[in-house]
Amino acid sequence: MALLEIRDLTLRFGGLCAVNNLSLAIEENSIRSLIGPNGAGKTCVFNCLTGFYKPSDGDMIFQGESLLNKKPHLITYKGMARTFQNLRLFKQLSVIENVMSGMHCRTSAGFTAAVLRTKVQQAEERRIRDYAEECLDFVGILDKKNYMAKNLPYGDQRRVEWARALATQPKLLLLDEPAAGLNREEKSRLIELIARIRDERKITIFLIEHDMGLVMKISEKIFVIDYGTKIAEGTTTEVRDNPRVIEAYLGKEEEDAV
Amino acid sequence: MAETKLKTNVLNPFENIIERLFELFDNKKLRYPVLILTMVFLIYLPLTSSRFTQEIMTNMFFYVVVCLGLNIIVGFAGLLHLGYAAFFAVGAYVTGIMSATYGINFWVTLPFSIVAAIIAGLAIGAPTLRLRGDYLAIVTLGFGEIIRFTVRNIGITGGAVGLIGIERPVLFGVVLNQIMHFYYMFFILAIMAIFVSYRLHDSRLGRAWQYIREDEDAAAAMGINVVSTRLYAFIIGSAFGALAGSFFAAKMTAISPDSFMFVHSVMILLAVVLGGMGKIPGVVLGAIIVTLFPELSRDIGQYRLIIFAAVLLVLMLYRPQGIWPERQYISTKK
Repeated sequence: MALLEIRDLTLRFGGLCAVNNLSLAIEENSIRSLIGPNGAGKTCVFNCLTGFYKPSDGDMIFQGESLLNKKPHLITYKGMARTFQNLRLFKQLSVIENVMSGMHCRTSAGFTAAVLRTKVQQAEERRIRDYAEECLDFVGILDKKNYMAKNLPYGDQRRVEWARALATQPKLLLLDEPAAGLNREEKSRLIELIARIRDERKITIFLIEHDMGLVMKISEKIFVIDYGTKIAEGTTTEVRDNPRVIEAYLGKEEEDAV
Repeated sequence: MAETKLKTNVLNPFENIIERLFELFDNKKLRYPVLILTMVFLIYLPLTSSRFTQEIMTNMFFYVVVCLGLNIIVGFAGLLHLGYAAFFAVGAYVTGIMSATYGINFWVTLPFSIVAAIIAGLAIGAPTLRLRGDYLAIVTLGFGEIIRFTVRNIGITGGAVGLIGIERPVLFGVVLNQIMHFYYMFFILAIMAIFVSYRLHDSRLGRAWQYIREDEDAAAAMGINVVSTRLYAFIIGSAFGALAGSFFAAKMTAISPDSFMFVHSVMILLAVVLGGMGKIPGVVLGAIIVTLFPELSRDIGQYRLIIFAAVLLVLMLYRPQGIWPERQYISTKK
């Protein structure tokens, strides 16, 4: 059974159809990519999956459970984490505090425990901090844990976001354009990191990306959408040679021909 | 390693001096001696000072408690609350009615006062905290006025005259009827409020409030239930206010709707914003300024409020983040 199954997902904003009858399945422990030209509706798919948008039609089944009408925090709790296309860090907080946010849904101390600072609460705080540090170490910026998030260079801010998503202990990780704004060296390290997340942490990866080199290198299977509709699906070579994909990205050949 | 300074505003020497001063307080080595000296001074003060001074200081401690309560809502959770006085009215009236009308022991009324505030907080917060933006400000503003008009117009609260004859609390066989008693009582309350604020700030819950304040959507994506976490802040803040209100009623022995005007809500909010939202020492400082300035400048006479307003304007122009705001420094230790 697939870890995530999207069935006939449709999302309309008034007359505009952002996602149209999209169906796809993501198997456990796989790396899948969602590509498409600008405005194809890729981020809309992510926003539906994570509960930020309410789909107009269709269903999304995650680990055998429908995600319809579930609030974002509950979906994260169920094991789906995401990163944002434009960084959404808690800018005024330190790097470690940012990552500690991911542990919130895996812990439980409330008002009384906090005020009395019980043994259980202290142990939990330690566990939160330790796990956050482990996640920071995993993405390679543990040495910057006490910096204020907004003072980090862009590439490092991206890593904080990945660490933060990892701290929620997900089964499925949605990466929305993780390579945007990264330089070549950072990109090659990202490719390595994505592979490690899957291999070492057994987390399934579903990513949106514009950098074709990166997509071709890491995805085992690619879904292509245009105007909210799936136009192709398959391995990297299948997708690369698909005439409909080429058409979506480069336009029709006949139009240019004399 | 020492704490490094993040930003320096060279254009503003006034700001630099203030920051130097706070740097001293933020220094861990100096913090405890300064704190202990302040405590000793405050414990010793009523033994040598006039009743007038004690009265002002008691009022100041009361403000510290309510400002820290509001700070949980406004500073920690980032929710604009314009009717906070209504919540200490709830506490004061619960204690007032139970004590003056039914002769119930003051200490017994405290849990009822807190429960009443929690119910009021839920009633106001649950429907509005789902919405984004400033709806809460409008609703709390309305709630503040509703409470005041309600207590003015119903019988059990004594109408516009209010309640009189609220019993003095008895502690270890001593009837608390001297201003000095209340000085120490509010002093202890203020210390408890500071303690609880710090504990909350450095906890899972306190962090969750900061995450939501910083970025609501990102917080939700991290698995934080935005609505219930906000509601939690709202209720805890309301309970702080109600508790302070109960003690206020016991100190005054008489309360009337005029004790809970909109202007009180504004003054408390002002103290929080002025001192530095979210920063506990900043809020305490704000409470001190708001209560002491009008008293210390009595000699200026009728112009003192104008001068106070001018000082506030200048402060807000040059330090919009408050006098002693949160997060000026990052620590590079370890």
